[in-house]
Amino acid sequence: MKKVIALVLAMMLVLSAAAMAETLKIGVFEPASGDNGAGGKQEVLGIEYAHSLTPTVEINGVTYDIELDIVDNQSQTDKAVSAAQTLVNDKVSIVLGSYGSGVSMAGGDVFAEHTTPAIGCSCTNPSVTLLCDYYWRVCFLDPFQGTVMANFAKEEKQATKAYVLTQLGDDYSTGLGFYFQQAFTALGGDVVTGEFTEGTSDFTAFLTTAINEGCDFFFAPSSTTSASLIIDQAASANVTFPIAAGDTWESSVILDAAKGKNVEVYCSTFFDEKDESSTVAADFVSGFKAWLNDNADKKTNNGGNDIVAAVSALGFDAYNVAIEAIKAAGSPDPQAVAAALPGVVYDGVTGSISFDENGDANKDMAYIKQANNETGEFDFIKTQSVADLG
Amino acid sequence: MKKSTKNFINLVLLALLFVAVWLIERFAGASSMLVTVLKKGAIYAVIAVSMNLLNGFTGLFSLGQAGFMLVGAYTYAVLTIPVAKRVAVYQMYAGGAIHFQLPWIVGILLAGVMAALLAALIGLPVLRLKSDYLAIATLGFAEIIRAIIQYEKLGPITNGSLLLKTYPTFSSVLFPFAAATICIGIIVLLINSTYGRAFKAIRDDEIAAEAMGINLFRHKQMAFVISSFFAGVGGALLAMYQGTLQANAFKSAMTYEILLIVVIGGMGSVTGSVLASFLFITASEWWLRFLDSEQFIGSFQVPLLRSGFRMVVFSIVIMVVVLFFRKGIMGDREFDIEGIAKWCHRRFGKGGAKA
Amino acid sequence: MFEKFFPYLLAGVSVGGQYALIAVGYTMVYGILRLINFAHGDIFTAAGFFMVYIAATMPLYIAVPLVIILTVLLGFTVERVAYKPLRTAPRMSIMISAIGVSYLLQNLMWYITGGLAKQYPVLPWIGDTITLGNTSTKVVTIVTPILTIALVVALVMLIQRTKIGMAMRAVSKDFETAQLMGIKINSVISTTFIIGSFLAAVGSMLYFSNYATVTPTIGAMPGLKAFVAAVFGGIGSVPGAVIGAFIIGIAENIIKALGYTTFSDAFTFALLIVILLVKPTGLFGEKISEKV
Repeated sequence: MKKVIALVLAMMLVLSAAAMAETLKIGVFEPASGDNGAGGKQEVLGIEYAHSLTPTVEINGVTYDIELDIVDNQSQTDKAVSAAQTLVNDKVSIVLGSYGSGVSMAGGDVFAEHTTPAIGCSCTNPSVTLLCDYYWRVCFLDPFQGTVMANFAKEEKQATKAYVLTQLGDDYSTGLGFYFQQAFTALGGDVVTGEFTEGTSDFTAFLTTAINEGCDFFFAPSSTTSASLIIDQAASANVTFPIAAGDTWESSVILDAAKGKNVEVYCSTFFDEKDESSTVAADFVSGFKAWLNDNADKKTNNGGNDIVAAVSALGFDAYNVAIEAIKAAGSPDPQAVAAALPGVVYDGVTGSISFDENGDANKDMAYIKQANNETGEFDFIKTQSVADLG
Repeated sequence: MKKSTKNFINLVLLALLFVAVWLIERFAGASSMLVTVLKKGAIYAVIAVSMNLLNGFTGLFSLGQAGFMLVGAYTYAVLTIPVAKRVAVYQMYAGGAIHFQLPWIVGILLAGVMAALLAALIGLPVLRLKSDYLAIATLGFAEIIRAIIQYEKLGPITNGSLLLKTYPTFSSVLFPFAAATICIGIIVLLINSTYGRAFKAIRDDEIAAEAMGINLFRHKQMAFVISSFFAGVGGALLAMYQGTLQANAFKSAMTYEILLIVVIGGMGSVTGSVLASFLFITASEWWLRFLDSEQFIGSFQVPLLRSGFRMVVFSIVIMVVVLFFRKGIMGDREFDIEGIAKWCHRRFGKGGAKA
Repeated sequence: MFEKFFPYLLAGVSVGGQYALIAVGYTMVYGILRLINFAHGDIFTAAGFFMVYIAATMPLYIAVPLVIILTVLLGFTVERVAYKPLRTAPRMSIMISAIGVSYLLQNLMWYITGGLAKQYPVLPWIGDTITLGNTSTKVVTIVTPILTIALVVALVMLIQRTKIGMAMRAVSKDFETAQLMGIKINSVISTTFIIGSFLAAVGSMLYFSNYATVTPTIGAMPGLKAFVAAVFGGIGSVPGAVIGAFIIGIAENIIKALGYTTFSDAFTFALLIVILLVKPTGLFGEKISEKV
């Protein structure tokens, strides 16, 4: 009986795959659940929006329909491996994602083994591309981001002692915390560190330690799930120091947590929706907002509003870079696409994208934003580039 | 049937299995889901059988399996990462404290040895505890091991809470099958020896076993250490299969999963655990995956299907097995030529007589 | 010195109170069925989700009692469906069934919520911030230990003074004899689960008022720790579980205060193993001798 069921299922899969001709698949490797589920969904939105604008690609005179193959890596490194295998098994031409560096590294190994290229949208840990020949990415890296925030703490906030709180077992959090610490001590500051485990709810002990140690800056790169708890408890404890984190905190979850409370919350990110200097970006922002407002369930996935998250912009850019690579390769074959990727240059929403020898985008601009406690929106504070840092 | 004939037929069946697996890989392609689940299933089989040795054959209710797998996996990964790649892997710890690379086979053996040593150490105090208390204490130890491995001060060795990767892995499905055959073979030999009979005696009645002159503590310790050895080896194989390794994945949920496999297969049946491993992995990773995405039959959208539904169905199936098929697939019987012969006899022999 | 440690102590007592409310459920079930009810932590989480969904559409004065009723129903159903059929089976089977229920509940909650964190509604008054000396905290931090102790005193009275309490004690002493004496075993066991689930529901309201994020696996760690507390205090003993919970809550915050944040969870388990080795039945547990 079990065999019969298995056979029927296998047939169904085969038939559904064989029914369509002249299509190519782009894999979307993102968390839809778990700690990073909210952010992953926003990144997928950017990719889906890009797909709605460019649903086909022409290769050597033949028009291919593009199909998005979306899998959920559940924000966990062990689940990511089997999610990545599903994509490889589906024979996708290229993979986009993931939100979160740990899952990207875990999936990267599978992609490399089956010579399928992947473009990271917002995974900022250096190891993602450094240790994987088939991973490229369109965002900046943690050593840069950590330095930007350390400079911000030192120069803008005149901080002398920072508390760095990271999540055990999270490559993104631990890595960014480490680079912040490195940069901040190089600038002459002191650092106190703390680590919390996955599923921690009580952050009062960490906040109390920060207060007792006389810290004047609190850096907590973490998932949005932990972030709302940290912000809420910091407000209850009446902390006086600013709380800051990296790109993950640019989310409506943070805005909701900070709204109506007496806390200063900052984050660094890739993109600012109110920046109208680039027409590509301005078009994207207005088009994306309209698209969200037309689709109720897409808007729900965005957190119920039409604020454009930087990760959506990166997802949009990653999709278009993938299209450019497929065009340049002249074939939907993963290996050909991988060979064509290093040569791709693309003017995206988040700036011009070209790759260095590690496969990282040559990007040198970070935006620092503050959560407004009254309006519940992000206020733009400043941009910082590598050149500013000297 | 004579014992030697039976052994011979079982060996032939095993050889046929290897040929079949080789053919599958040859024709289904290395990236197919079938090959993937076969790889993972073989590795889980080793781990499940090692847990069954403890829980099913010796009657020790231990929930420390994930902890020993973790030790094995880390031992393997830490010792076999190529020296040239260590700077990139240990990005926060300046290349780490270890500056040599061991061959993979040594790494796997040491993985088992480390897990076994730790088990010997932990066993001294905890094996004196009874049933539930033993379960909780081993569960607690597994959590402690996880915290120690993630401890920042040990970072130069374990890379703290960051991923380990670039250690040697396997690509052919034959490798995990060969490894599983060797490991399970050794466990079967052990179970059929005098030690194995002593284990079963302890399981059935501790006090009677002691009265028969069986040294309780020594035998429990032995079962615990051997089980942990193979859990460690299984952990190393799992690390090879995943290609990346992080301590965070080895939570108590992983132990529960393996325990469920053992129960589904049947406590006290080696082949049951093996079959259940393959079924469990195939069902959760492959067959039920279609439940996670929207499906259409014609233009009719099947209700309820969306991300997460697969695991709901899967856990309901498990509950049904636990509640209504308490003995699991195999009970305490074995799926070998003798078992098949007996089953045929029961099924058709009796049926024929009645008709 | 005291001023610096006071916030940690306060957090410890508050967390301890929440663990205590969960731990009582574990200890009562174990006392009667000799079953580690692994699903108890998930019932606690489910209570959190009930509130998230119900408070979105109904006013709080309806939501609060409704959440309690639903949680109690859930606990009752779990016992009837997953544990009752296994009454005569080996103890290991029931424990595995408990693990299965926990697995099912977690997956079900994952499916319904889409695996995303949900914000717990703000309950009036107990969510406000107050200042004690130079420490600011939420009102719930102070309310928790007081309410916990009041509920536990009431529970102990129930067990010691009422008929159903006497029946419970009889069943936990000797299952079969109690049955022969005419005690309806099944209704006693159901009552136990109802009380346990009720306390878990109250505990979840206090817990999530303090830490307002609910995820499908959020109950696993508090559940495990509450269980450790129950063992620590001597499983089967209600006051033991409460004292154990407060000790563990305070100890883990002191560990964090000393800077060993990595080990705050591990320390709980280390404490457990030490107590099991020194006094295997816990602080207030009764010595059980094995029958041949």
